[in-house]
Amino acid sequence: MDVSWYLVLSALLFSVGAFGVLVRRSPLVILLCLELMLNSANLAFLAFARSLGDQDGQIMAMMVMVVAACEVVVGLGLIVAMYRRRLPLDVDEARELHG
Amino acid sequence: MVEVAFFAGAIGALGGAIAVIGLRNPFYSVLALVVHLVSLAGLFLLLYAEFVAAAQIVVYAGAVMVLYLFVAAYVGNIDEPLWEPIPGQRLIAPLLGLALFVELSIAVLGTALKTLESEGPEIASGFGSPAAIGELLLEDFLIAFEAASLLLLLAAVGAVVLAGRRPDPDALGEPDPEGANR
Repeated sequence: MDVSWYLVLSALLFSVGAFGVLVRRSPLVILLCLELMLNSANLAFLAFARSLGDQDGQIMAMMVMVVAACEVVVGLGLIVAMYRRRLPLDVDEARELHG
Repeated sequence: MVEVAFFAGAIGALGGAIAVIGLRNPFYSVLALVVHLVSLAGLFLLLYAEFVAAAQIVVYAGAVMVLYLFVAAYVGNIDEPLWEPIPGQRLIAPLLGLALFVELSIAVLGTALKTLESEGPEIASGFGSPAAIGELLLEDFLIAFEAASLLLLLAAVGAVVLAGRRPDPDALGEPDPEGANR
């Protein structure tokens, strides 16, 4: 398989994720769509690592996974905090920055 | 054989991704993301990234998705219309998604990189194995490794601070029979 197939698939997955961020309103699903985009970036990193025969891209993919895990933890913490405070779980409603 | 595996993984990944944004119940979206991640791990194996694929299954499809499932179950089912009432969004959002895909594809395929048109060089055995990745992490990329551990620690502390139960300010200093066993 040519590496360009992987890159096109990665572009397609990234577009699906971005489309989901544009369309969905629940913050939980928006986090899921962010995961889609991060994982498509991972696929591109690994495809380039394969095509160049260099393992540094795989290290980069591991770092992306670490950052994604941190993002998930903080994002889910925010969602739980919003739910506890009886705020609407809807990104259109929650757009005012007051404590 | 490689083609069959690639297209099976690609269809799984793409179907999972579309199901994530298409399903209305967030719980099912999380399960669809698990399908997506497992298919993607298969693709990673095709790219000789054994360790990353294993980490993808264990860390992502295992641990992170359990976290998501707990929060989805805790928050409960949120009724959400798939399309929000912004005028014209039904038209603009797919157009923007499609435009992004076309743009990325042109950017990727339009480069004159010769490596893109081949499978890549012959891979030595041990490429992407845990031993090789571990050696790279602890030798060439030690600073990134330590920074990642610090970042994970900060995220864990931040999540506890964000989502932790705060004492009720009105009830301070008063006996609280119901909250005694919190």
